[in-house]
Amino acid sequence: MHELAITESIVEAVAERLPGARITCVRLEIGALSGVVADSVRFCFDLVTEGTSLEGARLEITEVAGRCRCRVCGTDFEPDGPIALCPCGSIEIKVLSGQELKIASVQCRPGGTTPPAEVA
Amino acid sequence: MCATCGCAGSGAVVQLFPAPRPGRADADRGHGQHDHQHHEHHEHPGTPAAGDERTVLLEQKVLAKNDRLAELNRDWLRQRSVLAVNIMSSPGAGKTTLLERTAREMAGRMHMSVIEGDQAGALDAERIRSAGCRVVQINTGAGCHLDAEMVAGGLRVLDPPSGSVVVIENVGNLVCPALFDLGEQARVVLASVTEGDDKPLKYPHMFRQADLVLVSKTDLLPYVDFDSRRHAADVRRASPNALMLQLSASTGAGMQEWYAWLRRRTPAPQE
Repeated sequence: MHELAITESIVEAVAERLPGARITCVRLEIGALSGVVADSVRFCFDLVTEGTSLEGARLEITEVAGRCRCRVCGTDFEPDGPIALCPCGSIEIKVLSGQELKIASVQCRPGGTTPPAEVA
Repeated sequence: MCATCGCAGSGAVVQLFPAPRPGRADADRGHGQHDHQHHEHHEHPGTPAAGDERTVLLEQKVLAKNDRLAELNRDWLRQRSVLAVNIMSSPGAGKTTLLERTAREMAGRMHMSVIEGDQAGALDAERIRSAGCRVVQINTGAGCHLDAEMVAGGLRVLDPPSGSVVVIENVGNLVCPALFDLGEQARVVLASVTEGDDKPLKYPHMFRQADLVLVSKTDLLPYVDFDSRRHAADVRRASPNALMLQLSASTGAGMQEWYAWLRRRTPAPQE
């Protein structure tokens, strides 16, 4: 259940980047090959955010599909599980996407400090 | 980390078990039972200021902090010319038995110290210490893996000499430790034949990270249903570049290759 530690890292990272701000929404990107289960993060989120500046925030998770390229035949394909195997049988694979484990953005009501980057 | 006793800020407890000195059987016990009040370092958010909601782009890796601390550990180890190896496996695969035998057989030939990760207790640390090795026990409490901050605390308490090897025995778990970089230079996955040959396909994230896969308890091969060929092929699928070795820490078979692997990676001591 490393998703508990992962969710704690999310809360800590957001609170550190936006001290004093009240966070109303957190947007994550979780790849299919990241080793993290989005549903488990959802399960932990309310528990972990309790008593923090993220309490009550909405959680939006974009699940990124796995995408691989075969180093032997050059085919791009979507692996059907966590072990990527090219339809040609090769195991020499470059992962193009699906390993994301990222806080994309947050929505907040600012506190005393200026956020590092803002968009309208 | 607590400067007094090395307890990690994450809530983990670190305790040192120095290597036994000849003739002093039990005099060097760590201050293990000391009852530690964990420090809470949480920043408490102030009352939210009223104002318009804004979207702030972070584009930040979730484990960025752990990765940053792991990089600091790696730099620290490099500057000291110390090799750190992260050993991971399911519980009962034989990590501690492997390290006990390694400590006994390599005594005088290679300086090794150990960071033991377990949820609770110091049973493994006692075993390693009895084998003549300096060891730090980290208890993760509710945690199912070691992280870079815990290891940073362990390394500073352990204070390994230049040209030595630190083996980090992670919490027995084939899932969670795979995600957390500790700052090690190499990752070893131990797979015992008693667990069955299907583990590489069931826990691919763990095997994908491995630099070395040690197939352990090979002395039990005649008694268990373990297809070595299938296992090797599946390890290869999960991690095409991992090296594989077979060994038995009970009989000693295959141990020399493991020692050679360790010695090839151990930096020369600084002048």
